[in-house]
Amino acid sequence: MANEALFTPAEQMKFDQELSEILSHYPADRKSAAMLPALRLLQSIKGWLPPEGMTLVAERLETSVARVYEVATFYVMFHTKKPGKYTIDVCTNLSCSLRGAESLLAYLEKKLGLRAGEMNEMFYLRETECLASCGTAPCLQVNEEHYENLTRESVDELLGKLT
Amino acid sequence: MSTTPFEKLITRNWGKPGSHTLDGYKKNGGYKALEKALEMGPAAIIDAVKKSNLRGRGGAGFPTGMKWSFVPRDSPKPKYLAVNGDESEPGTFKDRYILENDPHMMLEGIAIASYALDVHTCYVYLRGEFKKQAEILQKALDEAYQAGIFGKKLLGRDYPLDCYVVRGAGAYICGEETALLESLEGKKGWPRLKPPFPAVVGLFGCPTVVNNVETLASVPHVIERGAEWYAKLGPERSGGTRVVCLSGSVNRPGVYEIPLHVTVRELIESPQYGQGMPPGRKVKAVIPGGSSAPVLSGDEIDVALEFEALKNVQNMAGSGGVIVMDDQTCMVRALWRVARFYAEESCGQCTPCREGTAWQTRIIRAIEEGRGQPGDVEKLLNVVQAIAPYPPIGLGNTICALGDAAALPTHSFVTKFRAEFEAHIQEKRCPFGAGHHGWGHFGSGGFA
Ligand SMILES: Cc1cc2nc3c(=O)[nH]c(=O)nc-3n(C[C@H](O)[C@H](O)[C@H](O)COP(=O)(O)O)c2cc1C
Ligand code: FES
Repeated sequence: MANEALFTPAEQMKFDQELSEILSHYPADRKSAAMLPALRLLQSIKGWLPPEGMTLVAERLETSVARVYEVATFYVMFHTKKPGKYTIDVCTNLSCSLRGAESLLAYLEKKLGLRAGEMNEMFYLRETECLASCGTAPCLQVNEEHYENLTRESVDELLGKLT
Repeated sequence: MSTTPFEKLITRNWGKPGSHTLDGYKKNGGYKALEKALEMGPAAIIDAVKKSNLRGRGGAGFPTGMKWSFVPRDSPKPKYLAVNGDESEPGTFKDRYILENDPHMMLEGIAIASYALDVHTCYVYLRGEFKKQAEILQKALDEAYQAGIFGKKLLGRDYPLDCYVVRGAGAYICGEETALLESLEGKKGWPRLKPPFPAVVGLFGCPTVVNNVETLASVPHVIERGAEWYAKLGPERSGGTRVVCLSGSVNRPGVYEIPLHVTVRELIESPQYGQGMPPGRKVKAVIPGGSSAPVLSGDEIDVALEFEALKNVQNMAGSGGVIVMDDQTCMVRALWRVARFYAEESCGQCTPCREGTAWQTRIIRAIEEGRGQPGDVEKLLNVVQAIAPYPPIGLGNTICALGDAAALPTHSFVTKFRAEFEAHIQEKRCPFGAGHHGWGHFGSGGFA
């Protein structure tokens, strides 16, 4: 079923094609196993998980909308509320803190005028947990892109590109 | 201890041109072990892995061959292999580099394991944040399919083998093997009660082996060079080499493959590895196996980074994440960072863990911020004893070991650095300075 309020025709085509590829990775009677990849696909198209989108995923995976919400709200990478254009996740776990992550976060808070956990149209600033980059600390991710060995200069340069 | 020069296994191709491609891997002898394994047959492969003393590199150090032998061969159900690439244990970043530098080594291990276990479908579960790593792995897998290694015919044999890469979406708990299976089934990551163990009832209710990325990347070496050779590399009951991750306050953080006799101190000080402490700093404390392991004080670090050696001192080799803290680190603040993590990542299923992790974090934070009360240290110890009594490791009152993982650091930080906690409470402030926005500043790196 097409969902015109949710997708443009091109988006709909991408969703349908990629979802059928994803579903082919699972046993035919286990469609709901494709939940995480399906939600990631939806989020990659819309930037977040709009309610109509989650209803569509429930339909396609032959499961309940409640199950979709349960999963969507469990994992931190899924956005059930529309975030700013750039979600910035700063690791403040131990190894990064030992290399200045608290200063990094404070610097970003000041630059962006946001406290960790807050968002505006452009940015959603969050503290996150260890990103498996402890040897190249401190680090952060912007919408799933990873940046490490951060300094004031490299952070300034990065922020300059986020327009 | 052997006197022959140390030979790297897992990291041997890193830095060579094209090490992440099929061509690069084959040039360095790749996929020969798979050919040999197909000649040996399943029973002989499992036997070799048992004799090799290969132990799981994901955290628990469980003997791999024994785990494989628990899979009921006569089960009419399909069998699965689930590869654990969730790598979310704080301080751990080795699987990431294996995936980036040599994905085919793991894929060869997957092919060998699958053949041995009668598995025809394998899922590699990577943490959601591993976008780049998933892309590299998918490319490698595509190459392996095109070359006829995976797909309808495993290296030309009458044996179909499919392998899929699945990304999580940000949840530490999904590294716990049964939570991982739940997540692979498209659910939230709530660990399952065991038994039954996954080898008997795993993915989709079918027999499933869950193995770590590095564990599987070790398998080709066992087959290629033989179980005895592999076993002899390590001490009794632990074969092979190990990839450890060094981070924190040290001159050269990074991933190092080490022989199993290397001690924590050697890892920090050796010119081949950490190259010592930043100028003017001394080792105050080291976490030897990811943040879930108890902390060692600076005078306890002459212990080998090996399963039995660490177990003997009521510690654990864990995931190989070695985190170094220097003499200017506030242990209360360090513990607060660790405790916060477990409170955030507790899945909320078991009361001792859900409530205990939040409670201990509040107390530690209050102490750090100068709001600690006399008796708080006892209270902390009581809270963590209620989550998981210690010692020994493994008595947790919860479905999975996240509870233990949250309790062990607190117990050890508080008992080994008690004076620091008491000083915070007495002085009603952090003796290292309010806010600590200065911590982590030293000449050799970090954000200043
Ligand atoms: C809370 C928790 C988190 C875990 N995270 C990971 C992980 O990120 N990667 C991993 O390989 N094992 C992790 N484990 C260990 C797995 O449960 C399991 O023992 C391991 O994947 C088995 O593989 P192995 O035998 O090859 O080590 C975790 C365990 C717990 C309790
Ligand atoms: S502590 Fe920040 S990446 Fe590991």
